[in-house]
Amino acid sequence: MNSTVQIVQQEIPLTWYLLLSAVLFCLGIVGFLIKRNLITMFMSIELMLNAVNLSFVTFAHQWHEVKGQIFVFFVMMVAAAEAAVGLAIIIAVFRARATLAVDRIDLMKL
Amino acid sequence: MNGHLHLWLVPLLPFTGFLINGILGRRMPKAAVTAVALLTTFASFAVVLNATIASTSGVPLPYTEICSRPWINAGSLQIDFSFVLDQLAIVMLLVVTGVGFLIHIYSVGYMHDEEGYWRFFSYMNLFMFFMTVLVLAGNALLMFVGWEGVGLTSYLLIGYYFKKSSAADAGKKAFIVNRIGDFGFLIGLFLLLATFGTLTFSEIAAKLAANPAWSGGILTTIALCLFFGATGKSAQLPLYVWLPDAMEGPTPVSALIHAATMVTAGVYMVARMHFLFDRSLFALNLIAIVGAATALFAALIALVQNDIKRVLAYSTVSQLGYMFLGCGVTAYSAAIFHLMTHAFFKALFFLAAGSVIHALGGEQDLRKMGGLRKKIPITFWTMTIPVLAISGIPPFAGFFSKDAILYEDFLRGSGPGGEILWFVGIVTAMLTALYMCRLWYMTFMGESRSPGLHPHESNWTMLGPLVILALLSTVGGWFGIDRVGAYLRPADGSIPEGGSWQLEIILSAVAVAVALIGWYLADRFYRRQPGIPGQFVAKFPVIYKVLSNKFFVDEIYGFTFVKPLLAGSKYLLEWVVDVGILGGSAWLLGGIATLGGAVLQRWQSGNLRSYAAWLAVGAAVLLLFVLAPYMFGAAGINITWAGH
Repeated sequence: MNSTVQIVQQEIPLTWYLLLSAVLFCLGIVGFLIKRNLITMFMSIELMLNAVNLSFVTFAHQWHEVKGQIFVFFVMMVAAAEAAVGLAIIIAVFRARATLAVDRIDLMKL
Repeated sequence: MNGHLHLWLVPLLPFTGFLINGILGRRMPKAAVTAVALLTTFASFAVVLNATIASTSGVPLPYTEICSRPWINAGSLQIDFSFVLDQLAIVMLLVVTGVGFLIHIYSVGYMHDEEGYWRFFSYMNLFMFFMTVLVLAGNALLMFVGWEGVGLTSYLLIGYYFKKSSAADAGKKAFIVNRIGDFGFLIGLFLLLATFGTLTFSEIAAKLAANPAWSGGILTTIALCLFFGATGKSAQLPLYVWLPDAMEGPTPVSALIHAATMVTAGVYMVARMHFLFDRSLFALNLIAIVGAATALFAALIALVQNDIKRVLAYSTVSQLGYMFLGCGVTAYSAAIFHLMTHAFFKALFFLAAGSVIHALGGEQDLRKMGGLRKKIPITFWTMTIPVLAISGIPPFAGFFSKDAILYEDFLRGSGPGGEILWFVGIVTAMLTALYMCRLWYMTFMGESRSPGLHPHESNWTMLGPLVILALLSTVGGWFGIDRVGAYLRPADGSIPEGGSWQLEIILSAVAVAVALIGWYLADRFYRRQPGIPGQFVAKFPVIYKVLSNKFFVDEIYGFTFVKPLLAGSKYLLEWVVDVGILGGSAWLLGGIATLGGAVLQRWQSGNLRSYAAWLAVGAAVLLLFVLAPYMFGAAGINITWAGH
């Protein structure tokens, strides 16, 4: 009787991915709300976007649907563009005001 | 002749004129405006003439032309945009476009120096459009379109001098009083539709012909509703009050709309739907009585009016009464015959009166005229002919048509009714001769009562139409009722009268004698013994007061209808409904919004970060709302932390 070693690949359950995604998203929200530094807030937004991306791929894997993954590409692309524009604005703001604390630059005019 | 009459051109041509003058007229030279207005009207007349000639040489009548089928299509209701030409329509169309064209020519001279010359002619062309639609309509709905349209143009033209408040008020009065009548017409249309399921004249006639025993009942109701509409448009009791005030409009308008054509639309409508009226003796009797009463009533008022145009207006009301007197005894041919001759001599009357007014520089008061015979001879002669015609002196047109109506009344009225109707007609004929000769004497005879005025004869654009109409007023009656009746018979179904020629001659002699008595009285009162009217007034002040105040009808209407309506509008509608309910609820809503805003504005901190926080909270609440059934197991799915 040969004893074969059966490797049972235990799949990580869906719920864990979703929980991770939710935790990341909440971290993003909290960071966005409580931080004063513009760059930190910017990174928080990126974090939220990626939390959403994670749930997208999770569901795509679960339902064997490729649409979710396609969406992720779109989000990444938009996020990249947004990062480029956003960082440019941040640099411009910093040059003008010499600060990145949001409560000092809450007026629309200089 | 290829058998196609192109009836659609008859209304379309004046409509084109209206569009061109109405849109571009302000920037066009006067000559161009004149050319557009006259050419379109004349072309329309030419098409009618062509159709008339074609109808005598082979094209069968009634001739139907369907321009759009179906025009209105709603469920079982199907109405075509169709024109029908029969003998009745031919006579009416010739009068409308022919007299209309003459009055257009006259207007060129009369309106020459008026402000808004283009506006006047565009309205006149619009009127020709609606009137020809009314006449040609093959169904009652299309007729109603024309009916309302002529009401609109009447309003526009009465209020032509809109800067004068009396003219604007007269326009409103005409429109509102007509609306009251039109309400009856509209109810009549609905009842027709409910009873017959169609509004096409020929189909209604066929359905009635298939049921020869059907009479009274709903047919009486329909006939009375339609006749109520006719009393509004054709100025009969009780809705005649707008016509005398309509004289505020320019004189050519009074001639065209308020004497020759539009006001006869009611008579035309009754004749057009004779198959319906024939089935209701009650409605016919009522029409005859209203016609007789109006004829007498208006003639009495006309005796003491001092405004030349108002005398003519009451005379028009009175003559329209004659036409309904004819309709009421199913003598439609006689009524249409009188309609035609009346269109000639009354249009002539108004145009000649316009020439008098023009000569005197706008003076309309008879008491300030006099002695004009020598100063404006052509106007004098063209005014004399219609006086003879309307008084019923042979061989002028009015004699033949009025005589025909009175004769038919005498023969056909039920029981002693015929003799009574005839008697009222004869008395009215005498009064007509009296007030018309009074007008004639006061205008042309004796010495001038305003020596300061220097009257001048009008130019030939005005006198030309006068002469042509004078000719028509003279020879227009020579067709004779027998020939007119025979021609119209296929269209109006009236039966040739019995009677004898001896009776006819006796009755005619009485009518002429009575007219001569009227003339004699006028001659006596206003030429030989001018003191008599004054003595009469002194002797019977009450009668004079009642007559000169037009039987106080305007005052009675004002007291019984207008005042209560105004009071109701002011106190109930304005104060209770408008200010109280509508205004109050608006204030209440506004107050709630203001108060709510005062509370909610505290949320608007202006702090972007707090907005973001609210956004997150909102998203969380929404998420909770969506997930609640799953989390609490209501949807039967249980997601556990451990996964599947």
